[in-house]
Amino acid sequence: MPSIAKPVARHPSLERNSLGLTIRDYEGSMSTLCAGCGHDSITAAIVRTLWEISMPPHRLVKMSGIGCSSKTPAYFVYGAHGFNSAHGRMPTITTGAIAANRELTYIGVSGDGDSLSIGIGHMCHAIRRNVKMVYLIENNGVYGLTKGQFSASADVGSKSKRGEANRMLPIDPVMLGLSIGATFVARSFSGDKEQLVPILKAAFAHRGMALVDVISPCVTFNDHSGSTKSYLYTRKHEARATETDFVPPATEILASISTNGVTSVTMHDGSVVRFRSLPAGYDPTDRQKVMSYLQERQSSGEIVTGLLFADETVADLHEANNTCDAPLNDLPYEKLCPGAETLNWLQDEFR
Amino acid sequence: MRESTHSGVNDFAVKLANVNGTGSASANGLLMQAIFRMGIPVSGKNLFPSNIQGLPTWYEIRVNGAGYTARALDYDLMVAMNAQTYARDIKEVRSGGHVLYDSSWPLDKSLYREDVEFLPVPFARMCNERFREPRERTLMKNIAYAGTLVAILDIDMPIVEELLTERFAGKVALRESNRQALRIGYDYAKEHFSCPLPFHLRRMDANHDKILIDGNTATALGCVYAGATVAAWYPITPATSVMDAFKEFCEKYRRDPQTGRNNYLIIQAEDELAAIGMVIGASWNGARAFTSTAGPGVSLMNELLGLAYYSEIPAVLIDVQRVGPSTGMPTRTQQGDILECAYASHGDTKHILLIPANPAECFDFAVKSFDLAERFQTPVMMLSDLDIGMNDWVVPRLQWDDAYRPDRGRVLSEEDLKDLPKFYRYANGDENHVAARTVPGVHPNGAYVTRGSGHNKFGEYTETPSEYQEVVDRLEAKHKAAANFVPAPIVASSGAQWGVITIGGCDAAVREAVDLLHERGIVLDYMRIRGFPFAEAVETFMRDHELCFVVEQNRDAQLHSLLVLETGIPKDRLRPVLVYGGFPLSARKVIEGILTHSEIDERTGRLMPVVRDLEETTCPR
Repeated sequence: MPSIAKPVARHPSLERNSLGLTIRDYEGSMSTLCAGCGHDSITAAIVRTLWEISMPPHRLVKMSGIGCSSKTPAYFVYGAHGFNSAHGRMPTITTGAIAANRELTYIGVSGDGDSLSIGIGHMCHAIRRNVKMVYLIENNGVYGLTKGQFSASADVGSKSKRGEANRMLPIDPVMLGLSIGATFVARSFSGDKEQLVPILKAAFAHRGMALVDVISPCVTFNDHSGSTKSYLYTRKHEARATETDFVPPATEILASISTNGVTSVTMHDGSVVRFRSLPAGYDPTDRQKVMSYLQERQSSGEIVTGLLFADETVADLHEANNTCDAPLNDLPYEKLCPGAETLNWLQDEFR
Repeated sequence: MRESTHSGVNDFAVKLANVNGTGSASANGLLMQAIFRMGIPVSGKNLFPSNIQGLPTWYEIRVNGAGYTARALDYDLMVAMNAQTYARDIKEVRSGGHVLYDSSWPLDKSLYREDVEFLPVPFARMCNERFREPRERTLMKNIAYAGTLVAILDIDMPIVEELLTERFAGKVALRESNRQALRIGYDYAKEHFSCPLPFHLRRMDANHDKILIDGNTATALGCVYAGATVAAWYPITPATSVMDAFKEFCEKYRRDPQTGRNNYLIIQAEDELAAIGMVIGASWNGARAFTSTAGPGVSLMNELLGLAYYSEIPAVLIDVQRVGPSTGMPTRTQQGDILECAYASHGDTKHILLIPANPAECFDFAVKSFDLAERFQTPVMMLSDLDIGMNDWVVPRLQWDDAYRPDRGRVLSEEDLKDLPKFYRYANGDENHVAARTVPGVHPNGAYVTRGSGHNKFGEYTETPSEYQEVVDRLEAKHKAAANFVPAPIVASSGAQWGVITIGGCDAAVREAVDLLHERGIVLDYMRIRGFPFAEAVETFMRDHELCFVVEQNRDAQLHSLLVLETGIPKDRLRPVLVYGGFPLSARKVIEGILTHSEIDERTGRLMPVVRDLEETTCPR
């Protein structure tokens, strides 16, 4: 991924966030993905989200594995550390990074090859550990960099560019995540920034892992008729389960939250996410019901989107392990080394 | 040669044949510890099966007043407690030795030997009479044979009782049962045999500044003292006890006394791929992190070791080697991962290895691993093995210098970054070719994208040959520079013509073999390698000796190969001596190996190379 720097000129009238930064301060180098790639729209949504929530760029950590999706961290927030690691291993490296410093904000950008094939085990276990990060899957059903093989998320009957149909059942990260205890599950569409931005804001505020699956059409290998991950197909079959409003923690929350069809979840950082359920009775806090609903709708061909499930009651990796508040990478050595005297007497146990 | 001399006071070996899962380890440990407290040099080798319950298991105790504590040369006493293995166990006792067995059932006549003395004790019968619960009967049989050994070997009874009191502090009933069982075996022996046997123990004072510890425990302690805060691992024999011990120490010494919160995080990963990934992520993010594993784990970790090497991220990997290939023999020892670790991962990769020989070095080298990993921003692998890691060794008390501070290497601080116009990750290497790194979150000027894909010295993606080569050439120079930082070889030289080179846990057996050969008039200089890349002294030793035997525990002469590949020494000046069946090395095997490569010149009495070996090669020097 050759990195092409963007020109640094800024329009003086660009709006600034609470840190005094413009949205351009959240951009990265020029994308080298194909023109029209869904991933670039997701990058734009990430940029917008981070600018709107006034994320200090250097407090963000961008993690990825290998694949088209994994290139994208280079394309946003150039002022953040990034790690473009190895295929499928992003969750492991991110888990380690988070173990070392719980104070930073982590986003892992992955794809369906990275997370649903080679790294599926790591993704599942990161979900189980409730590692506090935004885990974003840019899901296009296809391997782009190796020129168009089916991925594990390809739907039955979906046709490749050469016309072959996929026969195997897809692995759906949303259902998989729900079944193994994911505490925040969302699905969106790269073509729908209006929906994606509030979801991402809520994801960054979540207590543990926020799993965000984003259908992101591959214009080169999977946007033809016969594909079930094309722009056209997704737009036609998308069915929203919820609409999300994100209320940042600093905002005074006004009364009348529990109006009809609205569920409010207070996030770990004090912000509030309001879900407006579109189908009557959809309850984004009831895991079993969400799973049944999704199974039912998806078998009828719908692509259900929205912030589908959230549970703020589950401890994240650090809480579950009773780790100290201070980042482990910043503890003074004096606190870590028991010293010569202790070493001397503890050895009496070995006599 | 000493191996043929009669064993006597403080110079003998006992082999205990048991069934695994019956509690024999506790009795054997008790015996070891009692002998240790009598101040006598002792070693214990646990030869156990990869199984939970029901298979044969052996424990060897060697006592040697002169301090030779490698695996025993032969056995003076067999404690035959497993009828399944009577036949081979009884065969193994040296002529003139003794066999102690459970005479609750008659011993098959065909097993008797004229040249050994049988000591029948009805352990099962006596324990069944004394104890009611079936599990207790089984367990106490072990303590009963320990009692018999106390009598026949003259082990200090007050010491044994003191140990029981310590072990069962607060568990009065259990202590009482153990005491009774001990007495059952002791009294029977006193009544029926002439105690002690010709070979037995006599108090010494060799252990007052020593401890009895296994390598994995010492390694874990080293990781605590090094300041490691993140550990990630996947359970695997024989490395599991590293993390068990680390956890135990952390619970004692790393829990904040005020808040009760942990100043550490241990993650049991889903596999070794993840374990090393977590270590790399944590180290990248500025923590001291490590994993412990064995060969199969290292195989899986190869992928990300290459990432850490190429993107220059510290990582500490403790490899407690076991027998390969594949699953191999998980509970047996080998030095089979040398080449795998030295060159782990695809592409041009070379790693730093530290190779301890005993638990004391495990402690020191564990600390050193972190310093070198951070100094050189690269994975460091410490190659222990099952013999060192899981057996109890008598070593000098571990020492700590409170003036020690971790060497964090070149990491730019907020202060450094504040006024830095532009940070380039891989530019400006120091005298060791190490470039400065930054840790996420410290300062906006330090941000960059770490990548395992081709990059130039600025940290940017590249596919340009010259830019790519510039970085990997610096990596090679950096690896070479580490030769001056790894522990220097231990050399014992008296100007002999020939030398013997070894590594890790072979140390004790090879030194014993060198001494035994010396008694025969065969003089060999000695070198034990402790690190890779090889320090200059390694090549110097080989140049200074016409011929060197390279003693190691693997089939393929991996250390030998590494020496040939990484130094200018011609292959024919190194003779591999290979012992790789899976048991700890004994001096006997070393001597046998050296003698097959050589013969004694009758005129001069000197060791000469076997001619047929040399005919095939020409020696340039």
